[in-house]
Amino acid sequence: MREPERGALIWAPVTILVLLLAWQLLVMLLRPPAYLLPDPLSVFETLIARISLIAPHAWVTLVEMLLGLAVGVSGGVLTALALASSALLRRPLLPLLIASQAVPLFALAPLMMLWFGYGMTPKVLMAALIIYFPVASTCYDGLRQTERGWLDLALIMRASPLRIMLLVRLPAALPSFCSGLRLAAICAPIGAVIGEWAGASAGLGYLMIQANAQMQTALMFAALLVLIVFALLLYAATELVARWLLPWRAVSHR
Amino acid sequence: MVPVVPPAEILRISQASLCFAGDRPLFEALSLSLPGRGWTCLMGRSGCGKSSLLRMVAGLPVEVGRQGHAHIERRNGEGGELSVPIAWMPQRDMLMPWRRAVENVAVGAALRGQRWSDARERAEALLERVGLAGLGARWPDSLSGGQRQRVALARTLFEAGGVVLMDEPFSALDALTRLELQDLAAEVLAEQSVLLVTHDPLEALRLADTLYVFGADARLHAMALPPGDPPRTPGDVAVAGVQAALFERLRGTGGERTDA
Repeated sequence: MREPERGALIWAPVTILVLLLAWQLLVMLLRPPAYLLPDPLSVFETLIARISLIAPHAWVTLVEMLLGLAVGVSGGVLTALALASSALLRRPLLPLLIASQAVPLFALAPLMMLWFGYGMTPKVLMAALIIYFPVASTCYDGLRQTERGWLDLALIMRASPLRIMLLVRLPAALPSFCSGLRLAAICAPIGAVIGEWAGASAGLGYLMIQANAQMQTALMFAALLVLIVFALLLYAATELVARWLLPWRAVSHR
Repeated sequence: MVPVVPPAEILRISQASLCFAGDRPLFEALSLSLPGRGWTCLMGRSGCGKSSLLRMVAGLPVEVGRQGHAHIERRNGEGGELSVPIAWMPQRDMLMPWRRAVENVAVGAALRGQRWSDARERAEALLERVGLAGLGARWPDSLSGGQRQRVALARTLFEAGGVVLMDEPFSALDALTRLELQDLAAEVLAEQSVLLVTHDPLEALRLADTLYVFGADARLHAMALPPGDPPRTPGDVAVAGVQAALFERLRGTGGERTDA
């Protein structure tokens, strides 16, 4: 998940187009019933025809994803900072953080619904929880593994612990933070949709469940398509953030 | 600039001892004196503890394990509290990739919270001095190995206030660039008291005003140097002659104990 190659921008759409074409041909040849596998053209038609139905649900899911991302990322970063700067916190919290990664978070979704109801809160929390752990652990790793030579220099230059944190350890951890952010962008839609599947009255996940129950498979695919577009946009946004945070990465290596 | 008469002795090291856990001591009650200016070179085989000694002189922590110990006393020439700042030039350039070249030169000012505008001007001047005028805005990753080491040299100059410690700073460079950097370092650090740890006999013989070899007895032995002022010409017959003798001496001291 390093920097994508330049060619990816050209080849990804071509690959997708070829796959869509193959899907279309397959459906035209095998003629499966529409409730099993609709062809891509009718999915697009449904998307456009029912956009007034889909848009409000899409908006709800988008807000859940973004709020979850904000809560999860800031929580993860703060945890990493606390762990890296205080041995007093590290001793009890680090084993807890590592052990909690083994908890199957999806299984918590019904519990969230039980505690926080059908509204947006349990979905935001679900997304935030799924995001929190990878961000906290990648950021902590980044803060912990500061190049010793840089710390040596800072010590000899008589830097205070605060300045060492701000000017050496934090910038040195930025590449790890960006990896964490990419993971978070991938996890955010999963968290939101899992939250919605556990019980909701709005959102793309809710719409998919409803469409599925009514055998409106084309509508289900249309909702899925919107979700995929959101996920890709979110991922692209993290790439932009990474480029902004790591301007030196853009220079050509000799 | 007003010429300042350097003190006869700027740094006095005594009672230096180092012992890693579960091992025999690498050195005990070692003393070393640095003059007010000039190059003191330290040679020895791998594992003799010379890099650790340099870290201890710098005041940096040395990992010795639970049963080990590292101890050193650092005084100024009069035996008082050490007051001069120490500049450090490590083996790898240790440029911070998120800081532009000029920001790397002046990183010490930023780390001490000093005013950036003054620091920047000095840093630009030092970059020019090491032959990198106009490259201040470049990221380290866009510079060649030789250019990066020049930036590191400028950073060392930025910090230099009397004592400069160098841990094989030119060892990662190709032979020609290394010679160039040695000449440049000799020129720009002429007013400093430099303690250089090196593996390279030619480097030691080119740059040293005083040369010590870590002996198998864990003592420092002063070595004879070729005539002439540093930086000496690498092709010089006298340099070549002494180099052979130095090689022999280094082989004789052995990383392993050799009982004579």
